[in-house]
Amino acid sequence: MNLLLEIKSLYLTIGDKKILHGLDLKVCSQEIHALIGTNGTGKTALARTIMGCEGYTPKRGDIFFRGQLINELAIHERARLGITMAWQEPARFEGLSVRDYLRLSSHKTNAASYLEWVGLSPTDYLNRMVDKTLSGGERKRIELASVLALRPLLAILDEPASGIDLLSVDEIVKVIRDFKDQGAAVLLISHREEIARVADRASQLCAGKIVFSGDPDAVAQHYRSRQCNVCDGMVCPDE
Amino acid sequence: MNKISELMHTLDAIGGESALLLNPETAHIVADAHRLLSSQEITGVEVQAEETPEAIIVHIVVTKGARVENPIHLCFGMLEPTGTQRIKLDIIVEDEANATFLAHCLFANAQSAQHLMDAEIKIGADAEMRMIESHYHGPFGGIEVVPKAVVDIGPNSRFFSDFSLTMGRVGRLDIDYRVTVDTHGVAELTSRVFGHVNDYIKIREEVDLIGESARSLVKTRVAIEDQAIAEVTGITNGAAKGARGHLDCMEIVKDEAIGQSIPIVKVTHPLAKVTHEAAIGTVDKEQLETLMAHGLSPEQAVDIIVSGLLR
Repeated sequence: MNLLLEIKSLYLTIGDKKILHGLDLKVCSQEIHALIGTNGTGKTALARTIMGCEGYTPKRGDIFFRGQLINELAIHERARLGITMAWQEPARFEGLSVRDYLRLSSHKTNAASYLEWVGLSPTDYLNRMVDKTLSGGERKRIELASVLALRPLLAILDEPASGIDLLSVDEIVKVIRDFKDQGAAVLLISHREEIARVADRASQLCAGKIVFSGDPDAVAQHYRSRQCNVCDGMVCPDE
Repeated sequence: MNKISELMHTLDAIGGESALLLNPETAHIVADAHRLLSSQEITGVEVQAEETPEAIIVHIVVTKGARVENPIHLCFGMLEPTGTQRIKLDIIVEDEANATFLAHCLFANAQSAQHLMDAEIKIGADAEMRMIESHYHGPFGGIEVVPKAVVDIGPNSRFFSDFSLTMGRVGRLDIDYRVTVDTHGVAELTSRVFGHVNDYIKIREEVDLIGESARSLVKTRVAIEDQAIAEVTGITNGAAKGARGHLDCMEIVKDEAIGQSIPIVKVTHPLAKVTHEAAIGTVDKEQLETLMAHGLSPEQAVDIIVSGLLR
């Protein structure tokens, strides 16, 4: 498999708080790579840094995508290279229909088929608005559908199962596999080991750096054996 | 092209359907400045229209129990770039009647013009009225538009209004609507305006919930850019048992524009409740980043957010 994303010695500071601390990570094409860690370890910050969000400019370190240094690129430029992200709590849009949201990348997108892919009925949802009338779970599914519709090379999924009922977790796992089948790599961010098990490879994040990488089961075991339950990103026995 | 054709051409150009006016089952009024060009009444809708040098005077009665299938069209405007159009409009929707009004106010060439509307609307009991009012003021910004309306909603009746001015320039807009809602009545007022350059937008909407369990929603959506100014005042008085009112104002402010929202909530009955929410500011960062992560440029993303807000 080809190397798709390579992060070298990444440091991120927000205010006076060190968020990422010399982080290295490699994700190959068509690989599902799970990133697990407790709250506050820097998972979402890493996702936002890869995506190029405002306020998440690394202090040091490099991010390469398909061999191209992307540190200076804006979000939409990274998206046009093939990187996209499903946020943990996706934004809501007044006056924007689900149909139009799924067609943001192309008017030719078959919006109905992507809704079915994430377990939503096109009849019920295509004409609804992507606004606060959707429940948290519905909004998350629509976000996953929209990311699928983009046909990215790298999809960063930030806690895709949060806010979705337990019975639906299997469906979400199936959707994550569908990303891979569609040709995408997935950087799967989760604090839930059962979700991470869908991955080909996994890494555990602690105190802003990768402390363990490998087979998902081995990483999950390492994660379970951690001595801290809450990490503030500053103190970690694995450091 | 005669004046009525010109107005209809403008209406079609901004997405209206002038052909509907030709339907013999559609009641309508068409006026250019103080010239009455056409009017038509149908069964259940009495229309009296008069042109005077000072104003177009219109009386419309939707008779008791009438269920008017086609919207009643009110097409006002002015083809000349200068001048004044004053409309005096009385609408009565009698008990158990139901009608929708489509008002088009077209001033495509306005450079130094005025459009003044004084409306009195009375809705009887168990009735429903919808007023969908769309304006187009052209590209010059040389117009002052002052719509004033006093609306009286009877018991168990519902009134919905939707004012939109989202294409072209605004000029100077000064909306003043005062609505009274009786027992179990409902009022929903929505305004959507997009201001550019030095447009000035003033919206004042006041609802008095005087009847038991009367309800209202005042929803305002404004986007302003360049040096435009918007001042939105929403007022709701809860004055009866079970009355419920809500004010909801959102303004997106770009460039050097200035937005202001003043919610005034007043409750004079211990069992009434009035709430409000307002969000004024630049385009929401999370919305922007989400759309950019879908490959849209910042400019494309802002366009989608603003047009969605005003839809």
